[in-house]
Amino acid sequence: MAEEVKLFGTWASPFSRRIEVALKLKGVQFEYIEENLSNKSPALLEYNPVHKKIPVLVHNGKPVAESLVILEYIDETWKHNPILPTDPYEKAIARFWAKYIDDKLWPAATKVLVSKGEEQKGVTEEIQEQLKTLESELKGKKFFGGESLGFVDIAANIIVFLLVAQEALGLMEILTEEQFPVLHEWYQRLVDDAVFKECVPPRERHLGFFKVRFGSSTASK
Amino acid sequence: MADEIILLDFWPSMFGMRVRLALAEKGLKYEYKEEDLRNKSPLLLEMNPVHKKIPVLIHNGKPICESLIIVQYIDEVWHDKSPLLPSDPYQRAQARFWADYVDKKLYELGRKIWSTKGEEQETAKKEFIECLKLLEGELGDKPYFGGEKIGFVDVALVTFSCWFHAYESFGNFSIEAECPKLIAWTKRCMEKESVSSSLEDPHKVHGFVMGMKKKLGIE
Repeated sequence: MAEEVKLFGTWASPFSRRIEVALKLKGVQFEYIEENLSNKSPALLEYNPVHKKIPVLVHNGKPVAESLVILEYIDETWKHNPILPTDPYEKAIARFWAKYIDDKLWPAATKVLVSKGEEQKGVTEEIQEQLKTLESELKGKKFFGGESLGFVDIAANIIVFLLVAQEALGLMEILTEEQFPVLHEWYQRLVDDAVFKECVPPRERHLGFFKVRFGSSTASK
Repeated sequence: MADEIILLDFWPSMFGMRVRLALAEKGLKYEYKEEDLRNKSPLLLEMNPVHKKIPVLIHNGKPICESLIIVQYIDEVWHDKSPLLPSDPYQRAQARFWADYVDKKLYELGRKIWSTKGEEQETAKKEFIECLKLLEGELGDKPYFGGEKIGFVDVALVTFSCWFHAYESFGNFSIEAECPKLIAWTKRCMEKESVSSSLEDPHKVHGFVMGMKKKLGIE
């Protein structure tokens, strides 16, 4: 029986894009379904009744939800080009940092886009501390995954989204070479990676998306 | 060389209990170190510099943090005995999904139940019951979430059960009245030595929460 792989996602979601990276790294053919989050399809609601969110991977009719859960599922189902280490300790470390990104960096990144003044300054400092913490984990490796992209690099795609958002809103650049020499270099490698760069939202459209969603211009919506 | 296992923990923590339960399921000997969270030990700060939280498992000197990550680590290293995760990737994904669901919902809602009043508390109670009902649905007719034996989701969820008495008391509601199947499942789990020896006495937990409320100035 032929494999049937479907991905329900949205073009601007980093969580959705993570799944695209993983499937492409593994060379898995899939059908992509773009969801309209203000008018969710019956299929999405059926496949993820608990959270009603994207991304959802549907493999031969069976749905998997939550991006990090999906990434592990993909890695265990298509075993070549592994994204997680095989050693249990190394795997635990990778899971720890992916969770750190989702539990700490993501909420701070969304907060910085909607806050103003002193609050925004405070959140920006928080993000800088988080990036410093992440940077120390790189420890001279090309990627968090070692020689090639791994679980943590894929999860860290949020940083790409944060930087585009900051540019769109005219905010101070956060990931500067001066402040983060090691992480900055990693970032360049990440966005230059052949597979990763196919899975980033088209730049102009992405900038426009942030301007409309978070921009504080007086133009009416 | 024998394995050296140390667990940095705090007795009322349902997250720490998950690790105790996983270690008990695997029949592992370990050194338990009680942390005073108002005065964290240099060892805890060294082993979990990022979050400075318990539980932390230290295996042959190497730290692992975050309870569900620790449980998976234990399951993978000591994979020959009492597997907690299934071997099929799809079933593993479902187990991870539901354990993640427990993590996302129950702690915060439970906290609101004992630390708030009025409408905020009522909303938290309602949502809490809804979450438990959803989990009940997922359990279905199986004896455990893991099927015939306890698994990852059982470990993730059952440790909250010793907090139920505190939630019910301070929230003034009955979980058993709303979710009888789930309470039946907690009793079934408690028949196992590994579970009963890892969970705390609900009355002790109640006393702890009472102390927390006093300290935070909540009546």
